[in-house]
Amino acid sequence: MQTQSITQKLANPTRFMYLSGKILPWLAGAALLCIAYGVLLGFQTPPDYQQGETVKIMFIHVPAAWLAMMGYGLVAVSSFGLLVFRHPLADVSAKSAAPIGAAFTLLALVTGSLWGKPTWGTYWQWDARMTSVLILFFLYLGLMALRSSLEDEALAGKLSAVLALVGVIILPVIKFSVDWWNTLHQPAGVMKGALDPVFLQPLLISAIGFSLAFFALHMQAMRNEILRRRVKARQVMEVDRASHEQGAQA
Amino acid sequence: MTQTLLALVGRDLRLAVREGGAIGTALGFYLIVVTMLPLGLGPDLKLLSKIAPGMLWIALLLAALLSLNRMFEADDEDGSLDVLATGPAPLEAVTAAKALAHWISTGIPLTLLAPLLGLLLNLDLEAYGPLMATMLAGTPAISFLGSVGAALTLKARRGGLLVALLVLPLYIPTLIFGISAVSAVVLDTGGFKPAFLILSAISLGSLVIGPLAAAAAIRLQLQ
Repeated sequence: MQTQSITQKLANPTRFMYLSGKILPWLAGAALLCIAYGVLLGFQTPPDYQQGETVKIMFIHVPAAWLAMMGYGLVAVSSFGLLVFRHPLADVSAKSAAPIGAAFTLLALVTGSLWGKPTWGTYWQWDARMTSVLILFFLYLGLMALRSSLEDEALAGKLSAVLALVGVIILPVIKFSVDWWNTLHQPAGVMKGALDPVFLQPLLISAIGFSLAFFALHMQAMRNEILRRRVKARQVMEVDRASHEQGAQA
Repeated sequence: MTQTLLALVGRDLRLAVREGGAIGTALGFYLIVVTMLPLGLGPDLKLLSKIAPGMLWIALLLAALLSLNRMFEADDEDGSLDVLATGPAPLEAVTAAKALAHWISTGIPLTLLAPLLGLLLNLDLEAYGPLMATMLAGTPAISFLGSVGAALTLKARRGGLLVALLVLPLYIPTLIFGISAVSAVVLDTGGFKPAFLILSAISLGSLVIGPLAAAAAIRLQLQ
């Protein structure tokens, strides 16, 4: 007997609805606990010798920035799945991930700006990292605008997928922008051991919590989208039936 | 196939010249936007010469954007896009030919007009050469990345405004390196060459990505 991969099994929306319904409460609960614990730990950290209390913003800013990029990665992978494998849930996934990713991008931009004022003395600086993240935000907006401007939903999904794949180039640019152009934003130090364990622990817990929250939101958004499509299909069927009956009477 | 593509480029160029309006509108727009700047900023010649490279580049981007959404639209309306899609040449080559025609009919005229507008903005004398060079190297990226936006919005409502929203983020790297190459000459900081090389690399990359993505988008919409 042929074994099915997980993605193949999930191709059935009914099965996806059943599984996600089971998983979602646990996922959301775990996200809530992790974020709460991360915030608690974060408030207990001592002030940094350079940044003072503002270092606590990092516990939100860094996970949000990671997820902003991961969100676009998810949109891109889903788009690839739609265009190449025609996976029925890929379009639902890409559509649901875009607004969530855009929200995290905005969160990263806003928290970074609030942190920059006391530390760098300015809310905004046109350095490479900030500019490239801002472009990422615009790409998210473009994806959503393109999707909303087309009547035909299937076509809108495929065209957004093409645009998402073109925009993928921005991800390595963001990742390496701090290394290529040595401008204001400091290079990432989390993976290189540049961070004291006192700060590292709450940061990692908060990052796990944010990631879980992202997936919980994404799953819920996908469920909503599937339900919305079912309702729409029912409505279309109902209209068809009614018009047939009228035709029969006349 | 080469003959088909050459014929297609020739046809698009003849259309751009004879249809009227296409090239002239872009040039007129470029001229009027650059003329408005000193009126808005005040006729401070020092300030103008400092911001001239950036202003010339940004106005050029906007002027080129104007004609983008007609790239495939006219052919879609009269059905010739279906003929092209089923013709002997692959659709990728067709979109590349149309983007090339757009570059010749928009990118090159705008680049030729730029030094004249540089006079209005008191651009440094030594910056004219680098400005023309960066624009010639950078405008292909505008046409080829723009063809993706034009193809994506073929059937969209409010296509014209949407093209700007989709395409301008993709133009930002071109803009950044185009301006930093000219600024390096104006401010005499050195660093013209690396910025110019990256700009050329972006243009070359867009020659590959643009036609592929545009053809994929058109194929999806013609089905």
